[in-house]
Parts: sequence; C-alpha cells; structure tokens
Amino acid sequence: MGNMTPLYQQHVAMGAKVVDFGGWDMPLHYGSQIEEHHQVRRDAGMFDVSHMTVVDIKGARVRDYLRHLLANNVDRLKEPGKALYSCMLNADGGVIDDLIVYFMEDGWFRMVVNAATHDKDMAWLNEQAGAFDVQLEERTDLAMIAVQGPNARERIHQAIPAGAERAGALAPFFAAMVDGLFIARTGYTGEDGYELMVPNDQVEGLWMRLAELGVKPIGLGARDTLRLEAGMSLYGSDMDETTTPLESGLAWTVAWEPEDRDFIGRAALNRQRQAGVARKLVGLVLEDKGVLRNHQKVIVDGLEDGEITSGSFSPTLGHAIALARVPAGIGATCQVELRGKLVTARVVKPPFVRHGKICV
Amino acid sequence: MSDVPGELKYTKSHEWVRINEDGTLTIGITDHAQDLLGDMVYIEPPEAGRNVAAGDDCAVVESVKAASDVYSPIAGEIVESNESLADSPEVVNKDPYGDGWLFKLKPSDAGAVNDLLDAAAYTAFVESEEH
Repeated sequence: MGNMTPLYQQHVAMGAKVVDFGGWDMPLHYGSQIEEHHQVRRDAGMFDVSHMTVVDIKGARVRDYLRHLLANNVDRLKEPGKALYSCMLNADGGVIDDLIVYFMEDGWFRMVVNAATHDKDMAWLNEQAGAFDVQLEERTDLAMIAVQGPNARERIHQAIPAGAERAGALAPFFAAMVDGLFIARTGYTGEDGYELMVPNDQVEGLWMRLAELGVKPIGLGARDTLRLEAGMSLYGSDMDETTTPLESGLAWTVAWEPEDRDFIGRAALNRQRQAGVARKLVGLVLEDKGVLRNHQKVIVDGLEDGEITSGSFSPTLGHAIALARVPAGIGATCQVELRGKLVTARVVKPPFVRHGKICV
Repeated sequence: MSDVPGELKYTKSHEWVRINEDGTLTIGITDHAQDLLGDMVYIEPPEAGRNVAAGDDCAVVESVKAASDVYSPIAGEIVESNESLADSPEVVNKDPYGDGWLFKLKPSDAGAVNDLLDAAAYTAFVESEEH
C-alpha cells in the first residue's frame, strides 16, 4: 500500500479505481474518465489533491529567498493572497519542479509543489534556505481539494455559506483564509473554480457536503486530459531537469526584469537565449483516427525529430491532441509516428480549450 | 470481479466467443479487458470478407489509456463487422458481451472452438494474471 489521503475511504466508497501515483494510492476514475472530464467542463467536479506538498516558508528574509529560488519574481506579489506560478531551476536552467506560491502576509509565503517530486524539492528548498534564515514547515495537517467547472464556485459558496461572500469576491489567482479554510481561485483544468486547503479532520465533511450538492468526484485520468486541453504543463512529462522553461512553453514564467535579480539558473537561461532556443513546445491536433501518446516521434520536414511529451484523446474536441517538443523552425503541420504508421498533425498554439470553448 | 458469462468461450488474450445457431461465431473483448483499458475512444473492426488465421490481429480497440490489438480466436472468414461502434465506442465498455461485439466469423473448422477456454478456465486465468 502507498500513502493514503484522508479521503481514501471516500474514494473506495465512491467506486474509484485506485492506482499508484508518486507513492500515493489515488483514484484514476470512478467509472468513466470521459464522463468525469465532461462533468468538469459542463458543471462542477471535485478532485482530491491532498497528495500535493504544501510548505509554509517564514522569515524576515523570505522574499529575498524566493527572489533567488524562483525563475518568476515574487515581487509581483504585493497584495496578501496573490498567487504566482513559477519554475524552480537548477544551475543549468533545468526545471526541478513547477509550483504555485501564495503571498500570505509579510514574512510568510505558502508554496504548493508536486507529490512525485516531494523528496528532491524539500532537499532543494532546505539547501537554499540556510543563507536566508527562513523556516520551512510542511503542512501535512492540511488536505487539499480542487473544485472546478462553470458551477464550481457557486457550489462552494453553498457548501461554505459563512465564507461565501469573501470567496465570491476573490479575483482569479487570489486566495484568502476564510472561516479557517484556505480558499484559492486557482486550478489545473482551464475552468473557473477553487482550490481549498482544509484541516485533515474536516475534509471528509466538506467532500460529502459537495457530493450532496451534486459535485461529482473526478479522478487523475480526467485531471490529466483537462489540464492537457488547457495547455498546462505536467512536470516529468512536458519538462524536467533536462529541459529549460524556454524550450517548455514556459518562457512567460521567467521574469528577466529587474536584470540584477540573481535567481538560480539565470546565467544558463541567458546563454540559451543569446544562442537561440533550438526547441520549443507546441500543441498538436490529430483530426484522423488514433490517439497521440507520450514519447511518439514527431517528424518535421528538413529538421530534427521531435517528441510528444503529453498526448491523449481530447474528450472536448473528440480527437487526439498533444504537447510536443519540436525544432523551433516547425511549420503548420508535422508527421507523427503512430503505431508504425505516419499520420499528419496540425501544429497549434495551446490552449486547446478554455472555459469550455474550443480555441484551436 | 468482472463478469464472465458461463455460455461463452474465451481466449488468454481476453476475447470472448459466442457460438450462433447458424454456425458462425460472434467475437468481442471481455468485461475484464474493457475494464483494464478504460474508456474506449476508437474501435477499428475488421473488414467483412477477410480470411484470418487463428491468432491474427484483426481489430484494434483504443482507449484513453492504450491501443490494443484484438486477435481472431480461430481461423475463418470475417462475415460481419460491428460498424456501429465507429460512432459509439463506449458501447464496448457498457455492454461488452452484447451490443459491444466486434465481428462475426465463419470458422474453417467448426470444432476448433472447443479448444478455447470455458468460463471457469478463463476466470482462473484472469485471477492468476492478477496475482
């Protein structure tokens, strides 16, 4: 048995097919992955993401620490509750992990990193912490659920009436402590919604209240197709320590200004930028039959081969889509080697779907 | 435990075979196979008229998780193919032994079907694979 979240028994009771994910026993689906996907695009679904690592970072110099640690710049976080997406790089510019950091109050930031990278992330955070005299506290006392979809916020407001007004006033990418819960207007689906951090002993009650309000549980299978349609990167598939943000569709998360901010990996990214970035991450759409899958070879006329980093069937489009790392000079189409055959795919700029609408 | 109807024959590659009154065989994939693969997104059944040997790959079922070949359990001629699955692949998940059938075969040797697994042997095989 792997690690279990406080909702494990609920998953089993709701008919989940449980799989190992980064050492955690997590629900893959509760019957049909495709129906769960549509549920989130059309109504509201809830995800148990308690396996993810929540770390509180405190200290007088916490802002300096994060300015050094992250490729994005926490100085963009001026108002308490504001969230920032960033990569954490090694000295070569490779991505150690991607994460969200929330500015809680002066001297306190909260970070959410991936479950599968927990050990190396914590080692890295601690290694860099010394010089800045910051304290790291893993919040294993908190469970985390995401509620996503066009009706998700309304359902949360119904489930937590005391916090409805404050939650309802949150702008996208803002969070607040509401009635003892941490509520963030963030997510990983391309739909509106919240991510909530809840004390372990309260999460089951909230989960059941949401279920009574018609919010359906959604497994990791649909979580992956939802984020792929939204053009959001998955660590370990679309980027890792061998790739930089510049060749992973994440250049927008690198804050070059101010020039004197010396974040880890900056020198390597600068060199890559000056030499010219040879590869980039693009979206692919396959209108023919067949499903694009991770690691399939992408053939680009006259250029080097590329590779699919995340491929799947898109329930919203009704055919296969993918993210692929390809030569920067790629044109409007390419070929993909799919089960021994070459098929032609259209090259697009992600996202594929946003707020329920197809955009490619 | 998945559903294994007693009146059908089975293969170790998770196809089921029903013997029809006219001597043809109807073939599909088992409940266990569809459960392992997850939601179906494309089904490519074989073309009618094709002659196949036992063990030939003659259809593809592709799910959100993986593409999987379907093998002809015995030799014969494909006489009918379930074209309706092109528009509704999910029927293989919902009704694998009924409307989710894949193709019908006229066997070269009517007795060959007796060499396939019965329900008890298939159930035992699935359990042995799981442990």
